[in-house]
Amino acid sequence: MRSLIDIAELSLEEIDSLLATANDIIDNPQKYSEKCKGKKLATLFFEPSTRTRLSFEAAMYELGGNVLGFSEAQSSSAAKGESVADTAKTVSCYADIIAMRHPKEGAPLVASMNASIPVINAGDGGHNHPTQTLADLLTIKREKGGFDNLTVGLCGDLKFGRTVHSLINALRRYNNVKFVLISPNELKLPDYLKESLKKDNFEILETTDLEAAMPNLDILYMTRVQRERFFNEEEYLRLKDSYILTPEKLKNAKSDLSILHPLPRVNEISVGVDNDPRACYFKQVLNGKYMRMALILMLLGVE
Amino acid sequence: MTIDEIKNGIVIDHITAGLGIKIYTLLKLDHLECSVALIKNAPSRKMGKKDIIKIDADIELNTDILGYIDPDITVNIIKNGKNIEKKRIELPEKLTNVITCKNPRCISTTEQELPQIFKLTDKENRVYRCLYCEADAK
Repeated sequence: MRSLIDIAELSLEEIDSLLATANDIIDNPQKYSEKCKGKKLATLFFEPSTRTRLSFEAAMYELGGNVLGFSEAQSSSAAKGESVADTAKTVSCYADIIAMRHPKEGAPLVASMNASIPVINAGDGGHNHPTQTLADLLTIKREKGGFDNLTVGLCGDLKFGRTVHSLINALRRYNNVKFVLISPNELKLPDYLKESLKKDNFEILETTDLEAAMPNLDILYMTRVQRERFFNEEEYLRLKDSYILTPEKLKNAKSDLSILHPLPRVNEISVGVDNDPRACYFKQVLNGKYMRMALILMLLGVE
Repeated sequence: MTIDEIKNGIVIDHITAGLGIKIYTLLKLDHLECSVALIKNAPSRKMGKKDIIKIDADIELNTDILGYIDPDITVNIIKNGKNIEKKRIELPEKLTNVITCKNPRCISTTEQELPQIFKLTDKENRVYRCLYCEADAK
């Protein structure tokens, strides 16, 4: 029995295999429409999320399976003070696989240590969000053909942005990937991650200037400054509009740049960019569903 | 200053001066019924000065705590007045319920029945990270 808590738990071969399955699902959806017949996915969402939860649910339905769960902590036993461990043990009696989102970091790991069924981390606080990374990887693979030799710009909240941390940890395993870290000084990538990249001889450039960094980028990964990660509202308000991507700012970008965003966006990408062929963020949403389908199949051991 | 030799027990030696009291507290030696001596600033040829703890009973020691606080410590096991074993303490790979996670976003700060587990992630710089949230131990 296997869970997915951190993207680093997947080997490169496993990621390749998930990407191949997802591409096959895109080409032959019918072939997969009954693969999970009679199986149930429990979506345990202790924190609101539209995209990730619906994506998991759509993924399971498209595999012919069923879904049960809750979408906020108030409607679960957690509101009565039940521990994550007990919730995981209980749900193991009802479902075949769990997708868990929790505001506390490490909660899905605790669930996986206590559940008797696979647990997928669907986001834990500012920590990890491996299925978003799988969506990002499929998007990059489909847009760029592969991962080697890319210059990847990461922009916005690099401190609390779990999607950024997971994506860096996934891409660092490929050859000659360069990272350009674009953020306000208050929201820089945590030192431990930067140090570990430097130790592995990665080329990283830290800047506060998005436009200056733009011409070199193959991928621009935009992120939202997340209100829920701040204890201090004033600081959030000061930083939230640090980077807003507009058609104007894309003038000096490469013609084959791919713009990604884990969504939801607030205002960090103006809607004027949406019709630019380089905007990939809605394709990324769709890719997320296919990768979740591939992951559910893998963790349930369905051929 | 002289302190009686112990017959059967443990001598924790070569403790960096000043850390003895911390080890005494973390090992909960104040809960023991037997004689325990905490010697501060004992002269040492190797270290200049050092702390020593003598425990006059053969108890189970949590060597993870010792290794985490001060990996240069030596532990001597005394039987019938003789030093029968001299152990060097290694930096432990895992710490359970020795230190607590300070990250307010960590699940272990809300669910207090969870064991506090830290893993050694960087031996060179002695960095331990919380098993759950990966925050470093400060």
